Amino acid sequence: MKRGVTVLSPCYALCMSPVGINVPRADGPSKVRGDAQYVDDIRPADCLYGATVRSPRAHAKILEIRKDPNFNWAGITIVTAADIPAKNVVYLMTEDQPALAESVVRHVEEPVALVAAESRDRALDAVRHLEVITEDLPAIIDPRHSEGSEIKIFGADNIFKKIAIDKGGTTTGGTVIEGEYSVGHQEQLYIEPQGMIAIPREDQGLTFVGSMQCPFYIEKALAPMLGHTRMNVIQAATGGGFGGKEEYPSMVAAHAALLAIKTGKPVKMIYRRDEDLRATTKRHPSIIKIRSIVDHEGILHQWDADILMDGGAYNTLTPVVLSRALLHLTGPYRCPNQHLTGRAVATHTPPNGAFRGFGAPQAMWAVERHMDRIARTLGIDPVEIRRRNLLRDGDTTATGQTLTDTGALTVLDEALAAAQEPLQNDPIHPGGGEGRYARGRGVSLVFHGCGFTGNGEARIKGKVALELDGRCIKILTASTDIGQGVDTTFPQIAAAELGIDVERVSNAPHDTANVPDSGPTVASRTCMVVGGVVQKAAKQLRQALQIETASEETNFDMLLSLRDHQAPLRVMAEYQDDGSMEWEDETYQGDAYPTYGWSCSVVDLDVDLDTGEVLYRRHIGATDVGKAINPVIVTGQLEGGSLQGLGYATCEEVVVDDQGRMRNDRLTNYIIPTSLDAPEMVTRIIEIPYKGGPFGAKGIGEIPMDGPAPAAAQAIEQATKIVLDTLPMTPERVMNALEAVE
Amino acid sequence: MIEFSLNGHAVKVQALPMTRLIDVLREHLRMTGTKEGCGEGECGACTILIDGVPVNSCLIPIVQADGTEITTVEGISKDDRLDPIQDAFIEYGAAQCGICTPGFIVAARALLDSDPHPSKRAVREALAGNLCRCTGYQKIVEAVVCALGED
Repeated sequence: MKRGVTVLSPCYALCMSPVGINVPRADGPSKVRGDAQYVDDIRPADCLYGATVRSPRAHAKILEIRKDPNFNWAGITIVTAADIPAKNVVYLMTEDQPALAESVVRHVEEPVALVAAESRDRALDAVRHLEVITEDLPAIIDPRHSEGSEIKIFGADNIFKKIAIDKGGTTTGGTVIEGEYSVGHQEQLYIEPQGMIAIPREDQGLTFVGSMQCPFYIEKALAPMLGHTRMNVIQAATGGGFGGKEEYPSMVAAHAALLAIKTGKPVKMIYRRDEDLRATTKRHPSIIKIRSIVDHEGILHQWDADILMDGGAYNTLTPVVLSRALLHLTGPYRCPNQHLTGRAVATHTPPNGAFRGFGAPQAMWAVERHMDRIARTLGIDPVEIRRRNLLRDGDTTATGQTLTDTGALTVLDEALAAAQEPLQNDPIHPGGGEGRYARGRGVSLVFHGCGFTGNGEARIKGKVALELDGRCIKILTASTDIGQGVDTTFPQIAAAELGIDVERVSNAPHDTANVPDSGPTVASRTCMVVGGVVQKAAKQLRQALQIETASEETNFDMLLSLRDHQAPLRVMAEYQDDGSMEWEDETYQGDAYPTYGWSCSVVDLDVDLDTGEVLYRRHIGATDVGKAINPVIVTGQLEGGSLQGLGYATCEEVVVDDQGRMRNDRLTNYIIPTSLDAPEMVTRIIEIPYKGGPFGAKGIGEIPMDGPAPAAAQAIEQATKIVLDTLPMTPERVMNALEAVE
Repeated sequence: MIEFSLNGHAVKVQALPMTRLIDVLREHLRMTGTKEGCGEGECGACTILIDGVPVNSCLIPIVQADGTEITTVEGISKDDRLDPIQDAFIEYGAAQCGICTPGFIVAARALLDSDPHPSKRAVREALAGNLCRCTGYQKIVEAVVCALGED
């Protein structure tokens, strides 16, 4: 076929299941035409525009919010903490974060007041004429100074969470190899900034329409502040999230709500790019130390690691991020004796939060750099050292989980085989490994726990409903499509289960007034876990329609014709713990994740020895996805995630000043890769089915973020002999290291 | 009064001369297919064509639009028929979250109008002013190259 993409014929349902083929995206036509309605495209009648007044200092008393007497305040509404109807909190895991700072600010850019006006320009103008007068208090910006400091930010000791994992004991003899690895912030950089509209309802409640991953989070976050639950949340088309729209939209919604309540009108808040960069959550900076003991073959006998994570000024999701970091800090390697410790501490900086990978990219960076350090110390090939230690079926992890459907060796072999092929495309960069360009190749291997940690799913019990109305089936789910394709893949799963044409199945709008709580759209859980609930609901619908099996000629239409004049049929399914997972949250022992994805990255690059710039040539990713429900969508996830990983590796640096304020708060100076920076992508999909996922699917949203950075570091080392253990490997860091070698 | 042609239709706009073209399109004319990602000409989400040349509409004061022919994403498809580039974007999965998609499609249309047979390298160069955070760009490049065969 000319395009190499499956083109669907109208009758394909008769000959093949819609799972595993490239059903075109349901949202494709509206997005390519520019019709898809993102939050800023929606303008309710009488809509006002909101803007935020923010703290100029990291830690300070608020003395006054001073209005410029020379400004024309007509038509401007101002909201402060005094206007909050009930509790001044945006609830997440704890109640420590206020909607608006009241007497003290705890991080720069913290919201202090809000304004609404009839136009966006007027609102922004008003913000410029409101000055927050403060008196500085001592601030902690460096996370290494936080624990036990006399300056209190959170609790008694400034620790959000402390975790330890122990396996086995200690070993004697062998070679001790120690290293320290660190990473800075990373910005999610969704191309659509944060945005939300709050619309007053007739029952004194509120409707929210906005850009988000998790509509039910907003309801839970705002109920304590509003003092009621009369609200519904509707997801608009969402221009990327990557974790950045997991929890932060609750803050935007809280602010829009306060302005809507005070003015009695709909209020739209759209962040400017610079504001979004300075004020919203980032990936947690971390410092990781690893001490390992290996024998002369390079076999691991002991692996001790410690991570210090900077949570910022409020708790947000930091304890969970730390948990995932620690659970990935052993890497995909077997070792009988392991001792892992982690602390997440508070600083007077903007809170860090969810970002694709959620702690794992930091951990995998350290683990993979440490494996390279072992290889370098012992003079063993870095790929060989990994091969000797990789986890295999039947091995147990640091938490005592016995592994099945383990893809480590398979993805390694597949990626290395793909690396034997020459580059397909035109050479994107000059060079050729001569003169000013040094050429290198690096390999990394990562795993990623799919879905929530431990008992997470059993606790939240995600729900999905299916509704048969006429001849079409609606899937009602809170799992949002943020570009990852769930409005296409869920219908594929349901249609496959029912044996019908996928075009007759669609996801209903993600409105909390109509859909059940499927849990949040996070943690690589949507397809694997909620998709499983979709499949279960489809089975229930089949039973309700008395269709025996999907595989036979179901004669769906005949069954429907019998029901033609009946009321719509609705079934609801809920995640059910099958008892196969055991997890102890107190001891961090047991089955940490339902299953794991496995991925190998091979990075080919040139280093410009004159500028220190890294020029990517090719990224090969071989990833165990369990089952690709839609291969084009899966490939898109893997390629996009890999490029975010390559950006993390070499160009994405957040520069902060002594107040913790992001200085490079523009797309001019916070650099994400362009089409010229991006390499040729070779994506190999490996399918080692997970029995708990729909049709064997594992979660794949986050794993491509984990491996590219360490593979790039190894490639730079191979090309130039320089060893970089700090991310990002900017041209400046590369040049400094090159000069040190000379 | 500023007059220009928008997707083949004559338009008259009353606006302050320094009003950004993107605001005229989105707010005055309610043509919201053109997106704003950064407001400083870095992301390319607001790419439109002025007399066939791709520009960032967030950097253009409306006064500069006077007497020009402007094409936005809404003018790329003809009579409800998608442009081959749009078809290819759907088939290749080149649109994920979709917020950058209108800008890419407009920029790709300009490329193919000026060079019907660009190399992959030329496609990457022509689209280097448009940022995408979802795809890693490869599917976008493939879609544009594929659309060549349809043009």
